[in-house]
Amino acid sequence: MNIIEARQVLFEYEQRDENDNIEEVNVALSDMNVTIEKGSFVCILGHNGSGKSTFAKLLNALQLPKEGTILISGMDTRDEEKLLSIRKTCGMVFQNPDNQIISNVVEEDVAFGPENMGVEPDEIIRRVDDALSKVGMEAYRYKSPNMLSGGQKQRVAIAGVVAMKPECIVLDEPTAMLDPSGRRDVVRTIRELNKKDGITIVHITHYMEEAVDADRVIVMDSGKVVMDDTPRKIFSRVEELKKLALGVPQITELAYELRKDGLPLPLGILTREELMQYLVPLLRRYGKGAEREDA
Amino acid sequence: MLRDITIGQYYPAPSVLHRLDPRTKLAGTMLYLLSLFMTDSVVGYAIATVFLVSSIKLSKVPFRFIVKGLKAIIILLVLSVSFNLFLTPGEPLFEFGFIRITIEGIKTAGFMAIRLIYLVIGSSLMTLTTTPNALTDGLEKSLGFMKRFGVPVHEIAMMMSIALRFIPILVEETDKIMKAQTARGADFESGGLVKKAKAMVPLLVPLFLSAFRRAADLAMAMEARCYHGGEGRTRMRPLRYGCLDKKAYIILIIYFTAMALTNLLPW
Amino acid sequence: MSLKAEHLTHIYQAGTAMESCALRDVSFEIEDGLFVGLIGHTGSGKSTLIQHLNGLLRPSSGTVYLDGEDIFSEGCDMRKVRARIGLVFQYPEYQLFEQDVLTDVKFGPKNMGLSDEEAEKKAIEALKVVGLAEEYYKRSPFELSGGQKRRVAIAGVLSMEPKVLILDEPTAGLDPKGRDEILGSIDRLHRERGLTIILVSHSMEDVAEYADKLLVMDGSELRYFDTPKAVFRHFKELEHMGLAAPQITYLASDLRKAGFQVDQDMSTVEEARKEIRKLFRGNDEG
Repeated sequence: MNIIEARQVLFEYEQRDENDNIEEVNVALSDMNVTIEKGSFVCILGHNGSGKSTFAKLLNALQLPKEGTILISGMDTRDEEKLLSIRKTCGMVFQNPDNQIISNVVEEDVAFGPENMGVEPDEIIRRVDDALSKVGMEAYRYKSPNMLSGGQKQRVAIAGVVAMKPECIVLDEPTAMLDPSGRRDVVRTIRELNKKDGITIVHITHYMEEAVDADRVIVMDSGKVVMDDTPRKIFSRVEELKKLALGVPQITELAYELRKDGLPLPLGILTREELMQYLVPLLRRYGKGAEREDA
Repeated sequence: MLRDITIGQYYPAPSVLHRLDPRTKLAGTMLYLLSLFMTDSVVGYAIATVFLVSSIKLSKVPFRFIVKGLKAIIILLVLSVSFNLFLTPGEPLFEFGFIRITIEGIKTAGFMAIRLIYLVIGSSLMTLTTTPNALTDGLEKSLGFMKRFGVPVHEIAMMMSIALRFIPILVEETDKIMKAQTARGADFESGGLVKKAKAMVPLLVPLFLSAFRRAADLAMAMEARCYHGGEGRTRMRPLRYGCLDKKAYIILIIYFTAMALTNLLPW
Repeated sequence: MSLKAEHLTHIYQAGTAMESCALRDVSFEIEDGLFVGLIGHTGSGKSTLIQHLNGLLRPSSGTVYLDGEDIFSEGCDMRKVRARIGLVFQYPEYQLFEQDVLTDVKFGPKNMGLSDEEAEKKAIEALKVVGLAEEYYKRSPFELSGGQKRRVAIAGVLSMEPKVLILDEPTAGLDPKGRDEILGSIDRLHRERGLTIILVSHSMEDVAEYADKLLVMDGSELRYFDTPKAVFRHFKELEHMGLAAPQITYLASDLRKAGFQVDQDMSTVEEARKEIRKLFRGNDEG
């Protein structure tokens, strides 16, 4: 079943002058068609201005498509009566951890969503307990967000969405402002939410390494989907990615270069372990020490 | 340093004061502030001191932490003390040129200083022991009757609580922008008033822009989390008066009556 | 010209219960024209350290010498120090404030007391170095893209013509294209103008590629000051500090464990490619 369906979506930003006349129209998305299956982990890649953040906002009905339709679990985002159910179904985490935490106490912030939804107090407490433990932040329950690191704040923001019991979470560059350890924690957290709780994840990023474990990678450029496939297939297309100014993980690039040099390595090697797995037999057979091995 | 401002900060601790209903604390703070302006006698200040010190003890907030908050009002304190010290007429105790200090002056200045300090400590004690959300709830409930007159009580309360959350962030940001502009040769310290005011532009413009950007981001994040005003909103910990609050109100009434009575005392 | 830190120690809120040591006895000397990477986990003291290097923070003890002159001594003109040691903060685009790009970049040189024409000359030069096209000079800085804004902000420091340029995570939050552009400009400044660069970065891959030497901070102390290759040999220790070596270094270690004699010091894709080709070429020759 599809949790997200975008059909022929067009979105434009209008720039108006002082007299409110349209000065310039920038097309952010054009003829975008994407469906995302329930329970999947999808990564959206693309450089700034490719339209990926706009797409994220459309999924949460924070913005409405100019043309075309967005369906969240079958609900049209234009349907005002469904607004709250859409946001309940498809939660959202933003880039800047400071600018999305509302309260001065972690637990109160996590409760904010359920409170807005009118959930009963006892149930809110249960949900907050559950959400904090899922992101591994129970120990910080009564702390102020100002005392937390960027990665911890971002996990609190994720807990705030989890407490709304969404079917899908859209994360708009949640790791862009974090240091490597914060990034690792956030990526691990969302992967667990996907595996253990079956929450659909739409992870928008420009860190290629984060896309390696996704079920599916969508690459966007100038408001369009230009690639849509498994990570392995996507990372086989090194030249194309470089042309889109996206680059590939170092190991993938090394494998690609070695392949160009004539080594029979498969395309789309993603991890060090994989590279070793293919490289070691080759080295044993054809490498410098090959004779010694045979002897 | 700017970061030392503790007014509006919350200090988590497992204390009786923390557990009180925010409405009780609001009422208590109001009565306490009022009582400071009612009394003018040594006995009155003594009672207020006992009340304040025991409240601090009960709150389990370290004394040092509370005193740090006073740094923010040092200038105000110095100004008002010197005004009272030098400008109060009465029997001169000390004269040097145009400087004249009177016994009355010392007395008023002293009381003024104590009053100001107690005022700040009293109100920061409330914010230190009450989470901003609870405070918002308390205000919203206590002032709920004003909704009938078209006052957007929920919205105002929400704004207050968000402002409290962003004060430390913006303070830190001010510090950062100041340093960054200093690295570009900006000078915030020397020069006359006009030059100083002009020097603030490179600080204030980025600061305002940042505040606006944060506000826009936050509004979007709140909307994404189903915020749609106060209607239909529930609370994780709804306000309920408990046994503790009853006791607190009784103590408050006794305190306030005692303070009122000190006015009748002859000294 | 050299930049030398001697026994730098910084204690925040000394004498209170909140006392904390942000920098403990840090000493090093950076020669002229060196490209230095500064790495360390968040909170390791990196930011505190760089703020001392251009006099924004005063050390509790120890000092900084610029060309042999103590920058914290009485007679030292702090403004001149700051013009010679440019410091670009994290997310520097948040300092932009003027109506147009050019005026903003002129802010630094004008503070140095230069005339309007001179300041403009320097500003234009700085904007060229960061690769911002002339059509943007008269535009408002707030209309530009994130990457462009950042380049304008860096130009704002470059226009003071510093000899040493310190950048605190200049690529944070940018997309790969923006990252490459910024790192490219920094590398050009280093190679073509001979600027001394101190680059604070979380990316081991970036510092492996560009830096001549690495400063590694951990728990307020300087742990290593050596070439990247020598530092990455300690990849186990780096991990304990919450850091890591580049992926290629780990590959070298894996290959050596499997019995293949590659150079343990390889750290970039190009080096790894050469090393692995060598393993095969050995057989061709024999």
